[in-house]
Amino acid sequence: MMGMAAIPALAMLPRPSFGAGPATSAVNTTGLAVTDSEVTVGILHSVTGTMAISETGSVQAEKLAIEQINASGGVLGRKIKFIQEDGASDWPTFAEKAKKLLVNDKCAAVMGCWTSASRKAVLPVFEQYNGMLYYPTFYEGLEQSKNVIYTGQEATQQIIAGLDWVNKTKGAKTFYLLGSDYIWPRTSNKIARKHIEGHLQGAKVVGEEYFPLGHTQFNSVINKIKLTKPDVIYAIIVGGSNVAFYKQLKAAGIDMSKQTLLTISVTEDEIDGIGGENIAGAYACMKYFQSLDNANNKAFVADFKKMWGEKTVIGDVTQAAYLGPWLWKLTVEKAGSFDIDKVAAASPGIEFKGAPEGYVRIHENHHLWSKTRVGRAKADGQYELIYETADLVEPDPFPKGYQ
Amino acid sequence: MINSRFFNRSELIGFVSLLLLLVVILPLALDIFRLNLVAKYLTYSFVAIGLVLCWGYGGILSLGQGVFFGLGGYCMAMFLKLEASSVANTKIQSTPGIPDFMDWNQLTALPFFWKPFQSFPFALAAIILVPAIFAFIIGAAMFKRRVGGVYFAIITQAIAAIMTILIVGQQGYTGGINGITDLRTLHGWDIRTDHAKYILYFVEVFFLFAAIMVAQFIRLTKLGRILVAMREQEDRVRFSGYSVANFKIFAFCAAAVFAAVGGALFTLEVGFMSPSFVGIVPSIEMVIYTAVGGRLSIFGAVYGSLLVNFAKTSLSETFPQLWLFGLGALFIAVVLAFPNGLAGIWGDYVQPRIDRLLASRTKKSGNGGLVADGAPAE
Repeated sequence: MMGMAAIPALAMLPRPSFGAGPATSAVNTTGLAVTDSEVTVGILHSVTGTMAISETGSVQAEKLAIEQINASGGVLGRKIKFIQEDGASDWPTFAEKAKKLLVNDKCAAVMGCWTSASRKAVLPVFEQYNGMLYYPTFYEGLEQSKNVIYTGQEATQQIIAGLDWVNKTKGAKTFYLLGSDYIWPRTSNKIARKHIEGHLQGAKVVGEEYFPLGHTQFNSVINKIKLTKPDVIYAIIVGGSNVAFYKQLKAAGIDMSKQTLLTISVTEDEIDGIGGENIAGAYACMKYFQSLDNANNKAFVADFKKMWGEKTVIGDVTQAAYLGPWLWKLTVEKAGSFDIDKVAAASPGIEFKGAPEGYVRIHENHHLWSKTRVGRAKADGQYELIYETADLVEPDPFPKGYQ
Repeated sequence: MINSRFFNRSELIGFVSLLLLLVVILPLALDIFRLNLVAKYLTYSFVAIGLVLCWGYGGILSLGQGVFFGLGGYCMAMFLKLEASSVANTKIQSTPGIPDFMDWNQLTALPFFWKPFQSFPFALAAIILVPAIFAFIIGAAMFKRRVGGVYFAIITQAIAAIMTILIVGQQGYTGGINGITDLRTLHGWDIRTDHAKYILYFVEVFFLFAAIMVAQFIRLTKLGRILVAMREQEDRVRFSGYSVANFKIFAFCAAAVFAAVGGALFTLEVGFMSPSFVGIVPSIEMVIYTAVGGRLSIFGAVYGSLLVNFAKTSLSETFPQLWLFGLGALFIAVVLAFPNGLAGIWGDYVQPRIDRLLASRTKKSGNGGLVADGAPAE
């Protein structure tokens, strides 16, 4: 509803005329919802339930991208119309709605899902009905599908560069691994452990613990951390648990300017809930920070705030969600068709130079080449960029030697 | 041939109209996507019918039916998952031939309790026996000690919470929070095609009517009368020499088996099973279906689960951001205005009119041709 504010601004722009593209019969041979002037895509995220707080940013970014694409002439001369469905933080609901978007609404593409569980629930649906999913979250890897483009980082991209960095610049030798108890933190910590033990000289893991989702009592593990005094606390705690964890760390007197903490799960969105003063000094390793200093990102942040309000923050996943509609548009235009098979086949090699994170490119395995960055949390809730890899990191969803 | 005393007249009308609705009207009116959604809703009807017996008649409120729904569903899912994880399908893994989530969790062999689930007859037996035995243990532990009422409800709720934590925590063995996904075939028969969905729908409707008959049978026997008596005056039943605990255990086990059959069918219809059906929230939702339908009515239970789930789907499609409020308003409205649920509305407003209509007709035609008119041609 806040999006209304953006409409007068858009009305100032010269209205592109839709319907001047190639004939529908030529670009849509499989009965997708494509007319001479419109193409329908789906947006499938949780806007209610526990995940709503995380997924709202993705919905906003996708709507912004769609609006911008429409303002610049649409896709193959067609305006993008979207149908939004609510996954309600409930995996079976995701499966039901995905099926609706593909079978009933014949969506040419779906931007959606956030948690691994929701993606696992919809994946068979996308494969059976041959749909195209653009999935924005950093995740555990171990998956590759013709029907999915993964616009977030898979685990090795996010983890290895960060561990190398902390080992080199901080001389870190001992690591304490923490995580919420589900597939992403467990797989990520498995990869981290293999890298620490196998590739970092003399480094070792001194503890590894998991907590149920929504857990709020971290005192006992904080005591253990105080006893073992690891060089690095490596934290993959998700959602609301983060608030309790960082507040309790601070209350226990762990000073982040002396104790290195590296997380891969806290974006600017989570800091909003944790409070900048509670996490200031911690390091995060991901591919995007709102504070990135480049022309693409400045324009993106300004447009996002114009559409959704000054107070909104933009995290890693929100930016990855913004890539989805753009990558799809570029792929459709390269393929010259909306057909799913042609889009899937044309995806490898697609480059997006306007990405807020900088340049990205789709790999043959349908993940993105992207840079990995380390940022340091500041009290105002933003990250300050400390380090970025010189080159794009290759996505490797089935890493040899890390399984 | 149904004995006319097995169903009284209004129940007969209910039975025939439900039969018409599920077997004729819905399959003709809906496309396969919507029909599959109806099939999903109907799996909850099994749970709701079980709750009518256990809660409506027996007075035992269980807030943990999701546990049994989940046990039935997981038994079915384990069989289907093993079939989907053939060595040929899983050669990308480090250990081919085991389910994908085990491979991610560094298991290198199939755990012992998964092995029997390679057999379909074992899986079918487990769907009934595992929840029945589990319910028996809980029931025996509680009812023999005369734990009842609110305390029992709280304990069942705790069990639902424990079960969820157990499944989520043991993700190498259970698939964790993702559940068991990507189920494909049943004995080589692809359960994902539209054709299969039609067949599964009718199989499910068949089981549903079987469940209705069983529930009706239990209700009409002496056992059913004792359940009602127990609900109203437990002590008098006990002093009359009946073992109250055993009857309660029976009602609770029966409800558990109904829920488990629903869960197993759910896995077949939807193609996966996850801990999100086991926890406290889905268990309470199941009680809500029963309450909306009317907790004393077997048919009401079916309509209740259909209506609530239909409202859930259509409200969330139309108002993605506001639908939960709409659903909440619906519950409050039904419970405030019609404490006996849909069945109450039917009994208070519709039934008397039909009776009057029929009575005036009967008078005119002279002889009571009612039974002949209304009897189904079975």
